[in-house]
Amino acid sequence: MATKSETRDEPGSQARADLLGLDDQELVRLLRLMMLGRRFEEKAAESYQVGKIGGFCHLYMGQEAVAVGTISPLRDDDYVITAYRDHVQALVRGIDPRAIMAELYGRVDGCSKGMGGSMHLFDRSLNFMGGHAIVGSHVPIAAGVGYAIRYRDEDRVCLCLFGDSVVNGGPFHEAFNMAAKFELPVVYVCENNDYGMGTDIHRVAAIENLADRACAYEGMASVTVNGMDVLAVRQATQEAIDRARKEHLPSLIEARCYRYMGHSMADPSHGTYRTRQEVEKHRQDDPILTFHKRLVIAGVITDEQYDEFDQEAIDRVEKAAEFADQSPKPEFDDIYAHVYSDAFPDIDRRDAWR
Amino acid sequence: MAVITYREALNQALVEEMERDERVFLMGEEVGKYDGAYKVSKGLLDHFGGNEWRVRDTPIAENGFAGMGVGAAMAGLRPIVEFMTFNFSLLAFDAVVNSAAKLYQMSGGQYNIPIVFRGPGGAALQLASQHSQVPDAWYSHVPGLKVVAPATPADAKGLLKSAVRDDDPVLVIEGELLYNIKGEVPDGEHLVPIGKADVKREGSDLTIVAHSKMVHQALQAAETLKKTHGLEAEVVDLRTLRPLDIDAVLASVRKTNRVVVVEEGWPFAGIGAQVADDVQREAFDSLDAPVARVSGLDVPMPYARNLEKQVFPEAAHVVRAAEHVCYLDED
Repeated sequence: MATKSETRDEPGSQARADLLGLDDQELVRLLRLMMLGRRFEEKAAESYQVGKIGGFCHLYMGQEAVAVGTISPLRDDDYVITAYRDHVQALVRGIDPRAIMAELYGRVDGCSKGMGGSMHLFDRSLNFMGGHAIVGSHVPIAAGVGYAIRYRDEDRVCLCLFGDSVVNGGPFHEAFNMAAKFELPVVYVCENNDYGMGTDIHRVAAIENLADRACAYEGMASVTVNGMDVLAVRQATQEAIDRARKEHLPSLIEARCYRYMGHSMADPSHGTYRTRQEVEKHRQDDPILTFHKRLVIAGVITDEQYDEFDQEAIDRVEKAAEFADQSPKPEFDDIYAHVYSDAFPDIDRRDAWR
Repeated sequence: MAVITYREALNQALVEEMERDERVFLMGEEVGKYDGAYKVSKGLLDHFGGNEWRVRDTPIAENGFAGMGVGAAMAGLRPIVEFMTFNFSLLAFDAVVNSAAKLYQMSGGQYNIPIVFRGPGGAALQLASQHSQVPDAWYSHVPGLKVVAPATPADAKGLLKSAVRDDDPVLVIEGELLYNIKGEVPDGEHLVPIGKADVKREGSDLTIVAHSKMVHQALQAAETLKKTHGLEAEVVDLRTLRPLDIDAVLASVRKTNRVVVVEEGWPFAGIGAQVADDVQREAFDSLDAPVARVSGLDVPMPYARNLEKQVFPEAAHVVRAAEHVCYLDED
């Protein structure tokens, strides 16, 4: 961007060559999406602590490279479906941070009108299909989206993100079997952050490499990538997308990443199940920090620009929080608005004394 | 009007709806090449040119294929998911209750789920407890779902067709013991609205409320009551369990002042409990007797034939309950 390419020195050229041939604009977009995601989650944590966000709130700090690396290469007409740690996926897909924050605040301007909250972010206009909070439940749903794509003979794909714990459950295997057998264009991404809540995945999974779970299903490709490296994730995803689009075949990408915070806002980042030292060690591989350095060395951005991007991200999330604060709360009648497509029957009949 | 079986009526509905709308497809275990475990989808795969996207045989994986149906619906199709029997739907309870029923609301009205889950419910003959149960109340409990349970071939056809056209998830709970019954089905396009009960027999002395195969027990009981006591029982077939057409029940109760609610399922928190609750709240002054309920007994279904007969509600039990609400059993 600011640094002209002809002025780059030798190490910079090598660094440049490692950037997948992406142009500066795209590289900066990836960095800024991760930065926005980080700042958004920090603001969400703050708002949670002062009681503006309720319920379960699962934060994404540390995993930004996965959402950005997987969602950024999709076409607008592709589909995205994810689990309950979904704020950054929604941001990367293009939902306005104000609409996401308003959803977290339970307000009418939220992307799910305040009816879903943190775990259930949706935007049909962006083919962002949620936000699903029963572990593993959306893995078959993604297969169904793939089914619809094949049914209509389209060349779209469905990207499905889920956590590592999903690979031990039935829906994962049922869906993988059908996705492989029926040749459904789904890119499955396992965000392996090492822990299902507070349980180390290797204490409960009878397999070392989670990606190997795919080998039981003929036609399903699998790969393990460094989920702290946005370009590694991006490259693996692009290959899986191409495979899905052209050959209608599903893939599994295991992205090894790490979450810095607790499972949700209800538990601390370390304590009973992992040490502070472990968390600190992973922070040295921070996906934003490392990508920032790479882009500076390659001459794509300067440190000054990085600071500007950061300030802009901070400003955006502050504005999002102000917007959410001012957005109206839902009205009582909204309770019945979207239970059924037609009028809710017998509203006043069994009102239980409201 | 043609006389056809309940099974044939459902088959006609499937063919007609799949021909009418290309987004409609059927999937489930044995639905294609095998012609359906109960032959409801007989000939369907051939009829649609062997196109397996329209008639999809699935692995035995209810959670998986029910969830897949939800995803297909989110992406714009209108799936019909067959459970070989509703007993197996328990493996898909999450897909039906946590996903299909809730997505519309939790997405703030963005993703309605136009899907049909269908298959037989209830006991058949000596299939023991895991294959002999009634899912009606479980699913009727859930806001976001619609539940229909037709008793006749005409209602089976008309309700299944309406279910396919509905923009929300609809469970069509068929009767395993009803597939062979015959009845008149109107020629041409035949739709039965969801949420409308039907008076299957008019009467003025008491109301018998029933659905699915219990409608037939109720009608049989009504004939016995006429013969033995000269009573005219009105039989109200609920047809849809959610949304419940309680107005139809109330209209009848206000006329007869006595009511017996019959269901095949377990009594605790059953359909009859809901009907009794609504009736006592809205027609208290019309009642000349407490509401009586006839249901299956409150146990898992035993295998032994003599015991199974005891658990299953029959016309004689309905007659006894009717005599009770008419104060004919006092000695």
